Amino acid sequence: MSLKAETVSWSAGGRVIVDAVDLEVMPGEFLGIIGPNGSGKTSLISLLAGIRLPKSGSVSLEGRPFAKTTRRDIAQRIALVEQQAETTERITARQAVELGRTPHLGALSPWSISDTDIVDRALAHVGMSDFAGRMWHTLSGGERQRLHIARALAQQPQILLLDEPTNHLDIHHQIGLLELVRGQPLTVVAALHDLNHAAVFCDRIAVMDRGRIVALGTPTEILTEDRIFTVFGVAATVEHDEDGSCFVRYRRPRPKLHLISDTMKRHDYAR
Amino acid sequence: MRFGPLSINRTSAVLTALALLFLALALGAAIGETAIPLDVVGKTVANRLWGAGYPLDAIDEGIVWNYRLSRAVVAACCGAALSLCGVVLQALLRNSLADPYILGISAGASTGAVAVAILGIGAGMLTLSLGAFFGAVFAFALVSLLALRAGRGTGAIILAGVAGSQLFNALTSFIVTKSANAEQARGIMFWLLGNLSGVRWPDVALALPVAIGGLLVCLWHARALDAFTFGAESAASLGIPVKRVYIILISATALMTAVMVSIVGSIGFVGLVIPHAARFLVGVRHGLLLPAAALTGAIFMIAADILSRVIIPGQVLPIGVITALVGAPAFALILSRGRAAS
Repeated sequence: MSLKAETVSWSAGGRVIVDAVDLEVMPGEFLGIIGPNGSGKTSLISLLAGIRLPKSGSVSLEGRPFAKTTRRDIAQRIALVEQQAETTERITARQAVELGRTPHLGALSPWSISDTDIVDRALAHVGMSDFAGRMWHTLSGGERQRLHIARALAQQPQILLLDEPTNHLDIHHQIGLLELVRGQPLTVVAALHDLNHAAVFCDRIAVMDRGRIVALGTPTEILTEDRIFTVFGVAATVEHDEDGSCFVRYRRPRPKLHLISDTMKRHDYAR
Repeated sequence: MRFGPLSINRTSAVLTALALLFLALALGAAIGETAIPLDVVGKTVANRLWGAGYPLDAIDEGIVWNYRLSRAVVAACCGAALSLCGVVLQALLRNSLADPYILGISAGASTGAVAVAILGIGAGMLTLSLGAFFGAVFAFALVSLLALRAGRGTGAIILAGVAGSQLFNALTSFIVTKSANAEQARGIMFWLLGNLSGVRWPDVALALPVAIGGLLVCLWHARALDAFTFGAESAASLGIPVKRVYIILISATALMTAVMVSIVGSIGFVGLVIPHAARFLVGVRHGLLLPAAALTGAIFMIAADILSRVIIPGQVLPIGVITALVGAPAFALILSRGRAAS
């Protein structure tokens, strides 16, 4: 199941958000997308999910362009977990997960026992079986995010797209969630904020900057001190382990001397 | 599909619902200034539909068939349709304050009605109802155009609706204050608050197919409406063709509302509150919520019509006054009890 974007561009309000991106997602891999705020990660994920159509270029699944595929066909193969999708409806945890069956049901093909089974398994997978009857508004952010993952799993996709899935979660839930996703027999594309999460969980990392993919490769190839400085404007040390993995240590920006002397002068004056 | 808090067999649920509806219709025909026994109502229906030939007082039979029954059926259709529109619009626009009139339809209808009744547009060829219908459709078209131009999102639709409603309400007031005499102004006022007095069988022939057709269109999209729980993007990622669903369902609700308003005037409250009441009763799944809201709305409207006829002897109150006067406290009760239960 290969997902491929070819010179895909998308703009909003006269501003180019995604700029001629080429990207091929390999079957079974965990591909991370990193980049500063506003670099186009979310928009690229939406384009890959087919919920936005590109202004130019095309996204295709197994060689079939999205433009020639129905939304339902795409949703049977690709699931998307957005950043913090919320509702004020009084639904239970279980009902939220049941929504994942939508692309497999029609107005005339009713809910069946096998659908119940799939929902049960998805709930068990994310460790939320005991919460099935709880109302959505009584659940914590971490629990809700796990249910969104369960909803996506109930969709039985081959490809799972995640847009910053660990936002607002504590470190235990961040690692737990990524480990959970990593353990699925799925192709995963995830926009990630934390470079160390990308280093630990991704097979490949794509770096986005101002709408373009500026680098693509394994974590050790991608996470270099130079690149972190040019893309994020942050000074960092990248340390390598013997097993080939790497991790990023951020450093405080070096203070700019003329600014300090300016401040001191002002203080003198005030005295 | 799981049925929310009420878990009942589907067939018996449908049968119970129909029984309740027919009971409400029968009571609507029986209760009034002259009380008519339920068996006379039943015999009248048998006489008229199957030529059963029961000997009945001609006046009783006439009251039941020509006045009350047609009126009760239209009230039911109207209550069901407005409640359905409320459910659908609240789900699609993700706004619990959405009601059938949010797209400027009742404002447009009132302008159309006064244009015919007071300005005499159509030179006697147009009835008040037709004027209201054209006004409603015109206002909806204008609001949709504005919403499309304003950009994406449900916010744009609601704001366009507000702008459209204000404009057409102002136009109505302008025409009424400038051209109407006191008698006409009072008549229009009555019409705007909802009035079932003039309703006869030809109105049923219009209202019934529209209400049933609307129910079927909405039910067909029940799963799509469920998929909007987490917003339009989430619905799209679940395989819902969002734009097409928006166009079909918003047009369907607009058409249903326009037809109902043109028959009975703009009856408030029902389309806003019955959906919430139905959610308290059966949960948020649209496969069950839509029929439940339609049934609740139908029965509520029949009851409101009965009250409007009997509450002040010798005078018929505008039904819109009753729906709000009785409905608001009833809803307050549901709200506070629902809160205590959760």
